[in-house]
Amino acid sequence: MQPDFSIRLEKRGSSSSFYEFFSPVLALLLMLIVGGLLFALMGHNPFKALYIYFVEPLIDVWSLHELAIKAAPLILIATGLCICFRSGNWNIGAEGQFVMGGITGAAVPIFFPDFTGFWVLPSMLVCGIAGGMAWASIPAFLKNKFGTNEILTSLMLVYVAGLFLDWLARGPFRNPEGNNFPGSISFTEWQVLPEVLASGRMHYGMVFAVIGVLLVWFLLAKTMKGFEISVIGQAPRAGRFAGFSTKQTTLFVFLMSGAFAGLAGISEVSGAIQQLRTTISPGYGFTAIIVAFLGRLNPLGIFAAGIVLALSYLGGEAAQISLNVTDKIANVFQGLLMFFVLACDTLIHHRIRFGHSWGFAKKGITHGAG
Amino acid sequence: MGLVEAILLTIFTAATPLLIAALGELVTERSGVLNLGVEGMMIMGAVSGFAFAIYTGNAYIGALAAIIVGMLFSLLFAFLTISLVTNQVATGLALTILGLGLSGLWGEGFVGIPGVKLEPIIVPFLSDIPFFGKLFFQQDIIFYFSIILLIGVGWFLFKSRIGLILRAVGDSHASAHALGLSVVKTRYLAVMFGGACSGLAGAHLSLVYTTQWIENMTAGRGWIALALVVFASWRPNRVLLGAYLFGTVGIAQLHIQALGVNIPTQLLTALPYIATIVVLVIISRNRRLTMMNTPASLGKGFVPDR
Repeated sequence: MQPDFSIRLEKRGSSSSFYEFFSPVLALLLMLIVGGLLFALMGHNPFKALYIYFVEPLIDVWSLHELAIKAAPLILIATGLCICFRSGNWNIGAEGQFVMGGITGAAVPIFFPDFTGFWVLPSMLVCGIAGGMAWASIPAFLKNKFGTNEILTSLMLVYVAGLFLDWLARGPFRNPEGNNFPGSISFTEWQVLPEVLASGRMHYGMVFAVIGVLLVWFLLAKTMKGFEISVIGQAPRAGRFAGFSTKQTTLFVFLMSGAFAGLAGISEVSGAIQQLRTTISPGYGFTAIIVAFLGRLNPLGIFAAGIVLALSYLGGEAAQISLNVTDKIANVFQGLLMFFVLACDTLIHHRIRFGHSWGFAKKGITHGAG
Repeated sequence: MGLVEAILLTIFTAATPLLIAALGELVTERSGVLNLGVEGMMIMGAVSGFAFAIYTGNAYIGALAAIIVGMLFSLLFAFLTISLVTNQVATGLALTILGLGLSGLWGEGFVGIPGVKLEPIIVPFLSDIPFFGKLFFQQDIIFYFSIILLIGVGWFLFKSRIGLILRAVGDSHASAHALGLSVVKTRYLAVMFGGACSGLAGAHLSLVYTTQWIENMTAGRGWIALALVVFASWRPNRVLLGAYLFGTVGIAQLHIQALGVNIPTQLLTALPYIATIVVLVIISRNRRLTMMNTPASLGKGFVPDR
């Protein structure tokens, strides 16, 4: 056990602007290396496997559309989460808020299947946003009122939301003419989020993501509220002296991130799936946490990070088909990436010094990479 | 075997992994490190325990492998949060995501294959006691171990010198460092202890509870174990109470279903999660109790200023 202790961190005078840009790139490279090793271990040619995983999905116009479809919810959720994380509130339950948004939004066409008109979609979106906000307000309320740990409550609500969806899709919301198959009625023209371009399936969810990113960038960089959020996150005591209310901020950031997750949920249900099923997310709410960190809690960075992580899903599907490995490989890449991002970020503020004995220090590094 | 015995036995089986994982996390948190990766370490323990039991045909080797794998996996977390001082919440989440992915990859070939069961050890004479014999002395080794662990952790934290050091590190890493105690070494060991416990808890799921491999078979138990530590306000004895309480809630759904009561199964499955929230609220209402026992440095990174 001795080896690991010989790594020392030395604080830099100022944060390194080189690593500030380079650390996500370094993290991506490290992920590719370890991912390649993993493929080799499983008996695949690592170069070919990585090509299938990370390059092939980018070649067709068709798959670029699929990439955008997967990136949109990730970017939307992560954009909301970065507000939360910046204020030091840990909303880990975006997955549940996403599901709730999908449910409440889909309730409109399920209860009123005959409604037609331009206002059907907006009302679905509003209901979706409201559903996400309502679900996110629970951990915020419990934290403000009783001091309950928001990490655990928001996470527990993910399971509850998932089971609620399962019950609805098999019970009250089931299509009566669906031969007892779970799942709601399929949405029709006025209830489906339209496609943006004629060349593929990409729907307006991506447009929402772009607008959301710009709005939140403005909120965080240019407004007093954004400043308040950052101060409370970094120096809560200073924030209190400045007269900022911690509780108000907690509620605000949870509602915001809930709204974004809810919007992502109904966009996914209305645009991509076009009905309510027993599951509507391959873990977007959790992956979005990685997106937020890879994007360094900055909306513009999150946009780029969302596309990278969407590629991890798409590549996972490609690998499942071409290489016959489970799509769980996507989770492996995502987890590895998050580790490397966090590790590389240390370089921004610290210089790493190795201890007296190189042998020991080297061994310490292997642990981190393995 | 009577109905009461049967029900109690299932509760014991459901509570044991929660108890072990929560005790491990309790020690980790007492040293000032918040490891949210319990779920990930548990699922790695579950898959490696299952795998090595099948490779060798011996469930004990499986359980041992789960302990080692859990420990190695936690080392990853320790290296990042302690040596590189990364954000503990984010790193713990990464550990969980990675664990779910890796276990799915490793366990792909095990789906649908019958596993090796960790057979109960029947204690001579004591197991013949009516009622109690069946409950306490005809169990698997992990159950016996969980009780020993409970007593051991309680003694270690509050009666031993190293336990005192561990708590000092968790309450004020700066003071502990100034006294010449090794914050880094203590935390590494505490995190690895937590990893070992989570690994074993996972093995209990795949070697005793179900004896098969199912993807995501931990189903949030790691997170419930984390909640148990808060519930117990960082006291080992209260973890015992919490684990058996939650074991009961988790098992209740099966028995209610068996009774044929017309409640949606999804609602019954959601009960442990809802119960967790309710219990957390009740506990956190009493702020003094929580404040008094929470390790003061919990979740804060430590960079020595030398």
